[in-house]
Amino acid sequence: MSHRNSLTELAIGLRAKKFSSVELVRAYLQRIETSQPALNAFISVTGTQALEAAAAADRDLAAGRGGALAGVPIAHKDLFCTAGVRTTCGSRMLDNFVSPYDATVVAKLKAAGAVTLGKLNMDEFAMGSSNETSYFGPVRNPWNPDFVPGGSSGGSAAAVAARLVPGATATDTGGSIRQPAALCGITGIKPTYGRVSRYGMIAFASSLDQGGVLTTSAADAALMLREMAGFDPNDSTSVDTPVPDYVAALDAPLAGVKIGLIKEFVDEGLDRENERRIREALAVLERMGATLREVSLPNLPLSVPAYYVVAPAECSSNLARYDGVRFGHRCKEPRDLLDLYRRSRGEGFGSEVKRRIMTGTYVLSAGYYDAYYLKAQRVRQLIAADFKRAFGEVDVLVGPTSPTAAFRIGAKTADPITMYLNDIYTIGANLAGLPALSVPCGFVDGLPVGLQIVGPHFAEARILNVAHRYQLETDWHRKTPERFA
Amino acid sequence: MYDFALFFSFLFPPMSLTRAQIESIAHLARLELEPAEIPVYQESLSRIIDLVGQLDRADTAGAAPMAHPLAGLTQRLRPDAITEQDRHQLYQANAPQVAAGLYLVPKVIE
Amino acid sequence: MTQTEPRNDWETVIGLEIHAQLATRSKIFSGASTAYGAPPNAQASLIDLGFPGVLPVLNGEAVRMAVRFGLAIGARIARHSVFARKNYFYPDLPKGYQISQYELPVVAQGTLDIVLDDGSTKRIGITRAHLEEDAGKSLHEGLGKLTGVDLNRAGTPLIEIVSEPDMRSAKEAVAYMKKVHTLVRYLEICDGNMQEGSFRCDANVSVRRRGSDKLGTRAEIKNINSFRFVEKAIQYEVARQIELIESGGKVVQETRLYDPDKGETRSMRTKEEANDYRYFPDPDLLPLALDEAFIEGVRKSLPELPDEKAARFSSQYGLSPYDAGVLTASRELADYYEEVVRAVPREPKLAANWVMGELAAVLNKDNLEIGSGKMPAARLAGLLTRIADQTISGKIAKEVFEGMWAGGESADAIIESKGLKQITDTGAIERAIEEVMAKNPGQLADYRAGKDKLFGFFVGQVMKATQGKANPAQLNELLKKKLPG
Repeated sequence: MSHRNSLTELAIGLRAKKFSSVELVRAYLQRIETSQPALNAFISVTGTQALEAAAAADRDLAAGRGGALAGVPIAHKDLFCTAGVRTTCGSRMLDNFVSPYDATVVAKLKAAGAVTLGKLNMDEFAMGSSNETSYFGPVRNPWNPDFVPGGSSGGSAAAVAARLVPGATATDTGGSIRQPAALCGITGIKPTYGRVSRYGMIAFASSLDQGGVLTTSAADAALMLREMAGFDPNDSTSVDTPVPDYVAALDAPLAGVKIGLIKEFVDEGLDRENERRIREALAVLERMGATLREVSLPNLPLSVPAYYVVAPAECSSNLARYDGVRFGHRCKEPRDLLDLYRRSRGEGFGSEVKRRIMTGTYVLSAGYYDAYYLKAQRVRQLIAADFKRAFGEVDVLVGPTSPTAAFRIGAKTADPITMYLNDIYTIGANLAGLPALSVPCGFVDGLPVGLQIVGPHFAEARILNVAHRYQLETDWHRKTPERFA
Repeated sequence: MYDFALFFSFLFPPMSLTRAQIESIAHLARLELEPAEIPVYQESLSRIIDLVGQLDRADTAGAAPMAHPLAGLTQRLRPDAITEQDRHQLYQANAPQVAAGLYLVPKVIE
Repeated sequence: MTQTEPRNDWETVIGLEIHAQLATRSKIFSGASTAYGAPPNAQASLIDLGFPGVLPVLNGEAVRMAVRFGLAIGARIARHSVFARKNYFYPDLPKGYQISQYELPVVAQGTLDIVLDDGSTKRIGITRAHLEEDAGKSLHEGLGKLTGVDLNRAGTPLIEIVSEPDMRSAKEAVAYMKKVHTLVRYLEICDGNMQEGSFRCDANVSVRRRGSDKLGTRAEIKNINSFRFVEKAIQYEVARQIELIESGGKVVQETRLYDPDKGETRSMRTKEEANDYRYFPDPDLLPLALDEAFIEGVRKSLPELPDEKAARFSSQYGLSPYDAGVLTASRELADYYEEVVRAVPREPKLAANWVMGELAAVLNKDNLEIGSGKMPAARLAGLLTRIADQTISGKIAKEVFEGMWAGGESADAIIESKGLKQITDTGAIERAIEEVMAKNPGQLADYRAGKDKLFGFFVGQVMKATQGKANPAQLNELLKKKLPG
């Protein structure tokens, strides 16, 4: 058993005692160490704790106990709070922050027996689409180290694509799971808003953030998501409905499933070669019995402007707690309170974070609230209504995940707007709180392309099913970058 | 001859945000910016404001503001029970400066 | 500058904002204790500290208490209310925002009636009351160039009660404040302890020329924590504003602090320019929906309110509105009075006089509350029974009461041990009268000659001779018979 096995296969193998968790974890820790200079996927590697947890998992497995993920190695995006372990959010502001508690997601996966190998690199405070804003340096795409892995969950995606872990947690506020999945040739799912607890998931934009997973297949994603999801009384926005067994629902045949291609997503922004990969993928789905049609969601083009009001507004408030008083970075020798705040925050935050905090402060300020914030929330309503109407006609919506494949490191950093437009196809699902995933569907110039599948609220089982059936017919998801094969 | 200022203003249209506004926003957000950085932020923030200005085009009459993506959900109430103990030593392990259990900041005059 | 009444050409306009801490066991958004007096930061949970990743969950009891208040002031209870973030930076505000309510408070328009000095009633409007969380405390003493922050108080639930600017004098303001104080204690939603900060008042004060209907610029006087200070602060502020305007100046809209030592209000230097709080609905909390069942449940739990109780006391016990008002100033006092009356049912007025008179005086002198238990209702009733059945006179009763207060004995025990039983035997009184008449021939002659005033002298002498135990009514009657001769 090795890194070439899927998360599901590893879980089965461990339970069948074909190998031990300690052996497996050792092997992965070795891969991580070797890859770190090239990829920079990890911020912290918790080798000692991982081996202890692996040994405990082995004991459980030997006694016939242990949860569904007993002994399976995973890693967490570095914005999930992990007790006793550094949690940085990719920021200088939290460079020295050791969390005193576990996020609910972390606790649930621990309870399922998963073994955490470390914390994964990310765009600072989850703000970015290329993992270039991290205080700990950029992450590189395992398919080509001169290229970005996508963001903000770039570390999680690179780690999974390079087979450094079989599965990783991540978060998606405007596309931060799906877009890196597409750029790294792996599978990533963002569940319905409220499906996964946000307690301990350091907040960027509270009404948009959702925790999800990056894996090499829909089947693996189904398993990991099933263990992670569920009602949490510590999160007021957590929804109290039972979690279906996503794994059991994977195999339903696609015959009769109605698929809608989002008309507005096939626009001038979509690279022509990428479009071809998408259409090829849709043809596969049709061959499998799904019926395809085009659906129009006319307000979707307003997603990006609406998002860039709401997300910065919420983040400007969420990040006010980073003030150098109770934790986090504090400037040296503050002259007075104002100096403490201004310099601690000025030094602790990178420029993209500062940009978004200032944008948010502006759009909430007196005289601008109605024109920007309220207006954006109204547009949000329109977009949600478009989706609802579309789901009256089709079962799932599809389209590209990203307008292009991965781009060169540094290519889009000069102009923030250019960077923001990477999320043009993913943002809508966040605004409407819908479950959405990306699966690999081909390559352009040697770089992966992702197909996006969006479902109605709480239809994770449905979109995972479509993705899984697609993956039974294709093998894009089995492709590994040569260096990491 | 040319109205140079007018000519210039076509090449470099006035930005949506002034330098003074950037300084005021940075102060509200308690962010210290280097003087050299201010024009950079002025430019990028202005472009972002232009981008989001596209929202004006939308006809939102009749659309209520959507604060939460799942409509119809309401706040759960929790019972009035004490569930936390004194863990200040653990919590203050991260604190930049504490004394006798208090978080310390430069003196605030009231 | 200490005018107590503004000149007649000026009118004072006052509105009060009262912050009352709700008497819940735990905080409004976290499960930490709200108990007063804990060591610094011992009762500050991760949520109260605003740690990365934490989320608020609403305390149902705080909601019930707010609804109780709303029902008691006859206000409309919002079926749908929203929590909003009030954003600003201050060390005692850990998240960099306060969770409060802005556009949609839980309690809307209500009223409260106050009784003025002349006995008339005035209806004061209450604009709104809403739920919010309290901030922590800053300690400036003994830390040199530093301020210490204690966040135990952060997250304690508050109800902010905003009055209409209906008050026209400092005395009206005090009467309103006292009425609110009484009400929240009746409702058992707040302990009203102003020394501990559970009940705080800000006054908005402005002046205008009498006859004008435009409001003058107001100043806000913050955090006044006693009824006396409220009166003095307002009086000072009114005089200051009038003098300022009359000397050609303009009142600045600002926040001022009352200095009780100097008896003046001072501008608060550090509360700089009007803060832009950038209110927006808190995305971590869902809208609060209250249905009929919930509200009716709270309504059923309402105790008899002060006004109702006072009206009932008036009609049931034949008390004047003033006396009824005094006796119902607190539930403890009212309950005490009724317990006494139950034991001496035919003497409600006697009971009222003694509770409001002698008892109140000793409680005051020894700085005790009615609930101290030093004079149980039954014991006082025992004394009143002996007055009612003529065992002792009212005057002797005062002596007995002093003994009861000092030693804790019953009335009967003291009457017995000191032999204070009233003399009602006609013969005995006559004999005493005859003795006195014999011993004072001069005064007797003068009286008979027409000096009617000497009647009192004989009353006094007989009382002295009988150690005050002669029944006054009988004594009077018999003297009238015997003195003229």
